[in-house]
Amino acid sequence: MKKIVLATALAALLPAAHAVEFNQVQPDKSAVSFVYKQMGVAVDGRFRKFSGQLAFDPAKPEAAKAAFDVDLASVDTGAPEGDQEVAGKPWFDTRAFPSARFVSGAVKPLGGNRYEVAGKLSIKGRTQDVIVPATFTAQGNAGVFDGTFTIRRADFSIGEGTWAKFDIVANDVQVKFRITAVPGK
Amino acid sequence: MTTRYTATAKTLHWAMAILIFGLLALGFYMHDLPLSPEKLKLYSWHKWAGVCAFLLVLVRLAWRAAHRPPPLPATMPAHLQFAAHAGHFLLYALMLAIPLSGWLMSSAKGFQTVWFGVLPIPDLVGKDKELGDLLQSVHMVLNLVFAIAIAGHIGAALKHHFIDRDDILTRMLPRH
Repeated sequence: MKKIVLATALAALLPAAHAVEFNQVQPDKSAVSFVYKQMGVAVDGRFRKFSGQLAFDPAKPEAAKAAFDVDLASVDTGAPEGDQEVAGKPWFDTRAFPSARFVSGAVKPLGGNRYEVAGKLSIKGRTQDVIVPATFTAQGNAGVFDGTFTIRRADFSIGEGTWAKFDIVANDVQVKFRITAVPGK
Repeated sequence: MTTRYTATAKTLHWAMAILIFGLLALGFYMHDLPLSPEKLKLYSWHKWAGVCAFLLVLVRLAWRAAHRPPPLPATMPAHLQFAAHAGHFLLYALMLAIPLSGWLMSSAKGFQTVWFGVLPIPDLVGKDKELGDLLQSVHMVLNLVFAIAIAGHIGAALKHHFIDRDDILTRMLPRH
């Protein structure tokens, strides 16, 4: 009997001993970028500022949680006139809607180091359900999350008026991220 | 020795002339436009036409190497003959250098050139803001020199026609 209790206690303890929760995002080792097509030509850009909370334990991926805010005015389109334009009313309208927010919902392990994160993405006052595929890679004591998903800019009214047609700037925008996090103390 | 240009040489000359006037006008016009879908479209057209001009000048140089242009009139003084050759050399050099600088500038600014939206032209340089700004200045200065060289080219042709009264201008015309 004693042995069984001990074994049960050990079994209960073991996962806890292995559990590592990555929950401190390191912004300097993280990146949020995007790729879109301009007259058939892939053009990329990025956001300089974003912040987020993350809690991921590789032993309990289903319990993972993530919330990210991207400062839309920190956009880098590669050209100053582009940055200015995209911050304006027809695009992000950063005065009224300074940030984009992603909040995770269910996390589904797909096997190996691949996961599928369902979540809600809010930009410019509009919220859409998104499915974000992500991979997790341990790098030293840090965990690196990489992923790419595609949104349609029209779903968020990004690029209105003269930009609303997709002949010059395509509707599909690929969002890429690399989030590095370390376990909290 | 023949004093005539081949029909191909004339066609290439005038095709280039039309293309270059269009490219110069479009380039100086679009540069100052506020950002709009129209501006992005014009930039793409300018880049596509620039690739055409570059390919045409290669064809032209190949044709010229195989078919020597007619000699300048023997009545022309040596220093003017030299100036004519130097002027033509400068025009060809700019016809090569300007599209190259535009292509590299595009790459450095992070906008790959995709010919007619179909054929991607490789980026020889990566995205690099400072290099992009530098190449933009290079592209602009070369075009200013080009505009001056073209003005000189036209002025010289008119001088040949109206002052020297030789056939330098007319021999480049069709049906001559």
